[in-house]
Amino acid sequence: MSEPTGVIHDIGYQRYTGPRLGRRHVFGALYLHGLRTAFGLGRSAKAKIFPWLVIGIVTLVAAGVTAVRSQLGEVVMTYAQFADNMSWLVIFFVAVVAPELVSRDLHSGVLPLYFSRPLPRGDYALAKLAALGSALWLLLGAPQLVMFLGAAFTTKDGMSGVWDELLDLLPGLLYAALWAVVFASVGLLIASLTGKRAFAAGGVVAVFLMTAPIVGILSIMPSRTVNELAMLGSPTALVHAVGQYTLGDLLVPGGQTGNQLGGFGPLYVAVAVLLVAACVALLFARYRKVAAR
Amino acid sequence: MTLIATESLTKRYGGTVTALADLTVAVEPGIIGLVGANGAGKSTLIKILLGLLAPTSGRVRVLGLDPTTDSAAVRARVGYMPEHDSLPPDLTAAELVTHLGRISGLPRTVARERASEALRHVGLYEERYRPVGGYSTGMKQRVKLAQALVHDPDLLLLDEPTNGLDPAGRDAMLALVHRIGTEFGISVLVCSHLLGEVERICDTLVAIDGGRLLRADHISAMTTSTDVLAVEVSEGTEDLAARLTALQLPVTRDGRLLLVPLADDATYDLILGAVAELDLPLHRLDQRRHRVAELFATREPSHV
Repeated sequence: MSEPTGVIHDIGYQRYTGPRLGRRHVFGALYLHGLRTAFGLGRSAKAKIFPWLVIGIVTLVAAGVTAVRSQLGEVVMTYAQFADNMSWLVIFFVAVVAPELVSRDLHSGVLPLYFSRPLPRGDYALAKLAALGSALWLLLGAPQLVMFLGAAFTTKDGMSGVWDELLDLLPGLLYAALWAVVFASVGLLIASLTGKRAFAAGGVVAVFLMTAPIVGILSIMPSRTVNELAMLGSPTALVHAVGQYTLGDLLVPGGQTGNQLGGFGPLYVAVAVLLVAACVALLFARYRKVAAR
Repeated sequence: MTLIATESLTKRYGGTVTALADLTVAVEPGIIGLVGANGAGKSTLIKILLGLLAPTSGRVRVLGLDPTTDSAAVRARVGYMPEHDSLPPDLTAAELVTHLGRISGLPRTVARERASEALRHVGLYEERYRPVGGYSTGMKQRVKLAQALVHDPDLLLLDEPTNGLDPAGRDAMLALVHRIGTEFGISVLVCSHLLGEVERICDTLVAIDGGRLLRADHISAMTTSTDVLAVEVSEGTEDLAARLTALQLPVTRDGRLLLVPLADDATYDLILGAVAELDLPLHRLDQRRHRVAELFATREPSHV
């Protein structure tokens, strides 16, 4: 019998004397975890299917639009319009990912483990919101980058053509950010109300889709003022209206429509800001209650 | 240094339900047992110690810090194991504990190392790479303990750590808690409604009932007087009681049981002798596990 060559020593419990990182790092860790969760990274294969299916579709659309433009010279949609045309996919993406981010934590009861750590409860909500917002922005922004690259490499005007494209792209990315912020705050608030993922997903879809008919009804009412205010009726229309007001012909190519908003453009911007602020405030209030339970 | 100190601590919910009433207690570092029946205010006290709930009135200090104003500093040095199921089923134990370590402020690589260490200390090895959803209750309790330990706290707050475990699992969990308190040098506050369990491992015992302090003392001072033998015979209970009284043993009736304070091993002999002399069929003779109820029974009427 040979002598054992290696011995495993139980070195016992080691106290930790190294650095403990501050609030910013903790927030960053939670944010990154949320962003990875949104795309199913570090999760089971089943959790990856839906996010990557959506990403596949938007990339495919962007590639198609780019191809048509470079081959036929026809602009199918502008950068800003791309976000509008993808609104259905965005809604379903929020409906799946928002519950994944917050309802799952409520359901599994993991929140006491978070709130017994040096993590302010507002930071938890904010990190999840930032994660969902970034995920949405990447979802809408990355395909625009594909479109931009396609256009930049096929432009016939040299550097000035590339520059013009860039000036078109930036408002498109800002508009995508508006979509991301509004949809993330509304979607996350709804999802944070229940621990049941199916209910949360249904709630998100309901709020975004069921409000669309309100806009339709208001816009055919026999009053011009009501028609001009119709787009306040749903979050989707609200974002579109703010886009129309701020981006003008980048979103609605010139001459296609008259001014649907009348003089209410600033009101739409104010309502959008208020909506986001109210959702964030309610989200904070929600987690103040959850944490004390 | 005083580990935990409260001063006239009171917590009322909605002005009507009183969870804690005028609780004043101070405990030294070590293993502390917090016992009380369900609804006695144990979980409320823990939440106040963590700074998750604000007390209605009174003062509280944990590790020399005030959790109502300095909750982040307190929570950085405290580990908490909740009573209820609190693990997301689709994450592996290693991922979960690493993630929670980072939320406690550990750098990324340190969090991973310490998560493996913590899981190893609670007895989870290769299983830690499997999703928690497939774990047994005993393993889940161990993961909950590991996540409380990952950031090397100075104080562990364990809310019913033996909940749902079988007797062997309970013993293993209690041994683990005892090891943490003695070998690891971390103070532990163990909540339980079973006095018999915590008295085996703790140095100090704090008993509360209805939000009021019943007793807070060193374990040695508390248990010697409450050791009791339970005797059950199928017939002739009265005769046996009379005989034991004649032997100067202070017998009390509890239903079909006779309760005899256990002075020393001779008490066993006296009882067995009496049963044999009367030729009674003895059902059982065992040392009673102390329950919180017994502490309540001996309290002064002024508390009621």
